[in-house]
Amino acid sequence: MIPLYHKFQIMNFVEWIKQPWPWYVAGPLIGLMIPVLLIFGNKRFGVSSSLRHICAACAPMNISFFKYDWKKEIWNLFFVGGILIGGMITAFFLSNPDPVVVDPKLATELARYGITNTEGLVPKDLFNWGNLLTIKGLILIVGGGFLVGFGTRYAGGCTSGHSIMGISNLQLPSLIATCCFMLGGFVVANIFLPLILKL
Amino acid sequence: MNTATNTFKPADLNTDFEVRTENSECVNYSELDKPLLSNLKFAVAGILFGIILVKSEVISWFRIQEMFRLQSFHMYGVIGSAIVVGIISVFMIKKFKIRSIDGEPIRLDSKKFNKGQIYGGLLFGFGWALTGACPGPLFALIGSGSTVIIVTLFSAIAGTWVYGYLREKLPQ
Repeated sequence: MIPLYHKFQIMNFVEWIKQPWPWYVAGPLIGLMIPVLLIFGNKRFGVSSSLRHICAACAPMNISFFKYDWKKEIWNLFFVGGILIGGMITAFFLSNPDPVVVDPKLATELARYGITNTEGLVPKDLFNWGNLLTIKGLILIVGGGFLVGFGTRYAGGCTSGHSIMGISNLQLPSLIATCCFMLGGFVVANIFLPLILKL
Repeated sequence: MNTATNTFKPADLNTDFEVRTENSECVNYSELDKPLLSNLKFAVAGILFGIILVKSEVISWFRIQEMFRLQSFHMYGVIGSAIVVGIISVFMIKKFKIRSIDGEPIRLDSKKFNKGQIYGGLLFGFGWALTGACPGPLFALIGSGSTVIIVTLFSAIAGTWVYGYLREKLPQ
């Protein structure tokens, strides 16, 4: 039998954990992924390479960039599989029923383009199956994804590999790549995205 | 422990290793041949990472837009504090010559600069602002129920493939 006050404590913990986590909890936990993966088996933290291993496993097509023993990097596929399961676990057991709190300035701007639904982490007014074959949907869902895959591999890493792992290892190339991620994002979010959302 | 060092082959002589580590920050530097199921510990690490990504809302398109419009500190706080913990961790691992649980010395060698980090970095930045997701969040979003992001993931795999196809023609 669990004493009653312990039950209350457990319930409070579950309620607390369901709230959105502040940056000073999430950031350090993400940072700890670096020593965990290094100590678990000399693996460097990162995600985008998994996309390359999927190409190497499924469609190498005699391209030299995909001709390597992808099984040696299978840990990365286990890792991203885990991320997917982690997303499921959160959705089923730890989800927060409240809508996402959006900055009022952003909310006003988005409302002008008819984006008012903040129930999910992703705006349901934009990212849904019905929108997929509209011009807006094709640019955001398909075009955006293509740029993520092409750009991360060209740059040699993503936010995890360059911005967190690379900078933690004091690598100047990773700092340069991160500055370019941010610059590219600033330009598109402030200049091009408003034009796309008007379509 | 020290005698184990001699049994490791010099990895740089392996051409497959060279191809595999080309243009990749996240690499397996272990030279041990471990059974497939030993990778389950990385799946567990992935599950924890996935939960953190969803609960901190860094996979949210709204949070990414706030970041690029300088409307919220949240994303800067997450990435910044992750880097601080990362720098301290890497420093400690180097200073105390910490080994992996298999007894291997942990490799943290340097990467060379190339122009791809600029061009590719900008292109990824464009995609990040459009989709509101980098590769890790793509997997977490699909898991958390945004099924249409499966299309974005396949598109990202296609983008990676096209990069591999065009690689020799691109400025590096």
